[in-house]
Amino acid sequence: METSRLPLSSSIRGKLISAGYTSLSSISSVSSTDLARDVNITDTEAFEILKMANQISGSSSCNGGSSSLVNGAKNAWDMLHEEEALPRITTSCSDLDKILGGGISCRDVTEIGGVPGIGKTQIGIQLSVNVQIPREFGGLGGKAIYIDTEGSFMVERALQIAEACVEDMEEYTGYMHKHFEASQVQMKPRDILENIFYFRVCSYTEQIALVNHLDKFISENKDVKVVIVDSITFHFRQDFDDLAQRTRVLSEMALKFMKLAKKFSLAVTTKYTEGSFQLALALGDSWSHSCTNRVILYWNGDERYAYIDKSPSLPSASASYTVTSRGLRNSSSSSKRVKMM
Amino acid sequence: MANKLIGEMDLLKRISNIFAARNIITAKDALSMTEFELMELLDVGMKEIQSAVRLISEAASPPCQSARSLLEQKVENEYLLGHLPTHLKGLDSALCGGIPFGVLTELVGPPGIGKSQFCMKLALSASFPKAYGGLDGRVIYIDVESKFSSRRVIEMGLKSFPEVFHLEGMAQEMAGRILVLRPTSLSDFTESIQELKESILKNQVKLLVIDSMTALLSGENKPGAQRQQHQLGWHISFLKSLAEFARIPIVVTNQVRSQNRDETSQYSFQAKLKDGFEEHTRTYDSHLVAALGINWAHAVTIRLVLESKSGQRIIKVAKSPMSPPLAFPFHITSEGISLLSDDGAELKGRGINNIHARGHSDMINFNGDCS
Repeated sequence: METSRLPLSSSIRGKLISAGYTSLSSISSVSSTDLARDVNITDTEAFEILKMANQISGSSSCNGGSSSLVNGAKNAWDMLHEEEALPRITTSCSDLDKILGGGISCRDVTEIGGVPGIGKTQIGIQLSVNVQIPREFGGLGGKAIYIDTEGSFMVERALQIAEACVEDMEEYTGYMHKHFEASQVQMKPRDILENIFYFRVCSYTEQIALVNHLDKFISENKDVKVVIVDSITFHFRQDFDDLAQRTRVLSEMALKFMKLAKKFSLAVTTKYTEGSFQLALALGDSWSHSCTNRVILYWNGDERYAYIDKSPSLPSASASYTVTSRGLRNSSSSSKRVKMM
Repeated sequence: MANKLIGEMDLLKRISNIFAARNIITAKDALSMTEFELMELLDVGMKEIQSAVRLISEAASPPCQSARSLLEQKVENEYLLGHLPTHLKGLDSALCGGIPFGVLTELVGPPGIGKSQFCMKLALSASFPKAYGGLDGRVIYIDVESKFSSRRVIEMGLKSFPEVFHLEGMAQEMAGRILVLRPTSLSDFTESIQELKESILKNQVKLLVIDSMTALLSGENKPGAQRQQHQLGWHISFLKSLAEFARIPIVVTNQVRSQNRDETSQYSFQAKLKDGFEEHTRTYDSHLVAALGINWAHAVTIRLVLESKSGQRIIKVAKSPMSPPLAFPFHITSEGISLLSDDGAELKGRGINNIHARGHSDMINFNGDCS
């Protein structure tokens, strides 16, 4: 690897190259004091450079097994166990859960898009409530972060959905204990609202700052299992003059979200608003490459449908759903079969 | 938040001097570049850049609040739980109390249907004292098309709230609280709303009405619909932040335009799914769509569609996060708008978004082309 590709400040890089250290192997073969003397930098700087060089060339001690071939790789068999044990967040609509493979997966970025009024914010609020369903009821017992860029979060609606969720849980306990009466559940609707961390973002600077800060925030609040971003594109459509710059900043943000999802095992759901039906996102094609899963909501006749547009492991399929006063539910139409492509 | 100065944050003196030397003074400047670019520009190592960016981000991040404290704030601070009653019982119960504070509400419909009437009635009821269901505050009415008629407003007041209006001097005081602005161009309007930001809190302004948003753009000579929508971009975010910051309702009216024949209305995968559904949207009936484009449609929180179908005027709750899609028949009387039935008909499906304009020619005469 060339020295010019290393992530170093340009003056240090310049010094390394003029002293003759043009490739990674030449750096790693020398000790830090020699390097410091040759290149005319301090000992600590030389030590840092060597540490980084070692990390990149992968010659540090590794955990045995087949992953010693390439540092940091995991073999597919180990990953299979992880994938199957992956927790998922239900959407309260079983048809939708079915095409999603059980629910929104907790290690990926899922994008949800559609025309205004189709229910994107509703799904976001439903997920931020459903992630809190306790483990006894098959949920994750986690907390939610709701990043609101447009001001579309209506707290009254969240209260409505939380109340409906508690009622459903009470009915379920009654059923399970064969009382057939609703019995008290520990969770109350206000507690559910307490566990939704709400951030109101007013500009793209705040959005970028928040994404950078989320790492620390989530380390301090380990129960967070879902991050809802509503919507990721709003501020970026208006103010940026330099489009290439915008693409770079956005791709960095997308990568950070993916890293967050993988590191803390949480789901990131972002909403994007479309300009047209051509599926050309307002942010350009480079954005379309960054997300893992994409779900599109659309009208079909008089019903709302969801379609899996992009996913590494799920087949393209569509399912119908409705939005009721209690939240997202199955639609009651007679033709509600899941349609596979 | 975006304009926080880096010099005032907790960074090492050496690092913040380097930032300042390269003209990166606010958080916005620093965060608009990727970390690699910063490293190139400032000639500083990656680790230091990362920790600097982390500190800057933490300082520039918006504060966190739990949803529960949001709710409690609303309950404590906002009168009537943050809704402005429209005095139309069915509509108020559908909207959980009325026009909500802090968000944009849009009224869209064909000409002559009653949008300005609705706005005038709202302006009046907002000026009332709290005992009569008002907000006891001033109203700013931005009247682009000169539709505001004080005579009509007083007539509405006398007919619908006679006990208030006949009191000595009440009419004058109520009307005195409604401030009418008539901007002549988009730049005029831009200036006025920028000034408004400061004066809203100072002067107890409780409602902002813009009638109509579309007329502001049609005066501009820039060609093409795309350009128009882009111009509005700044106004959309400004109005939204104004509504939230001042916690007031903002009501905007919008006009309709004909749908272009070649506007697609389906996704490409819908054709493949072959659900056997017939395309209804191509019928002559619903060839009207709301103007101002899709960015605007996403930005408003509540959309009320006023339309006329077979001679009957209908008001529909087309977009609302808290209400089912209901439609109420209404008519216009000397009192303003009144609903003919308080139980709305629920319209499932996308019919709620269609705008019909047939057969209400009693206010406007279509020359023979009576649809």
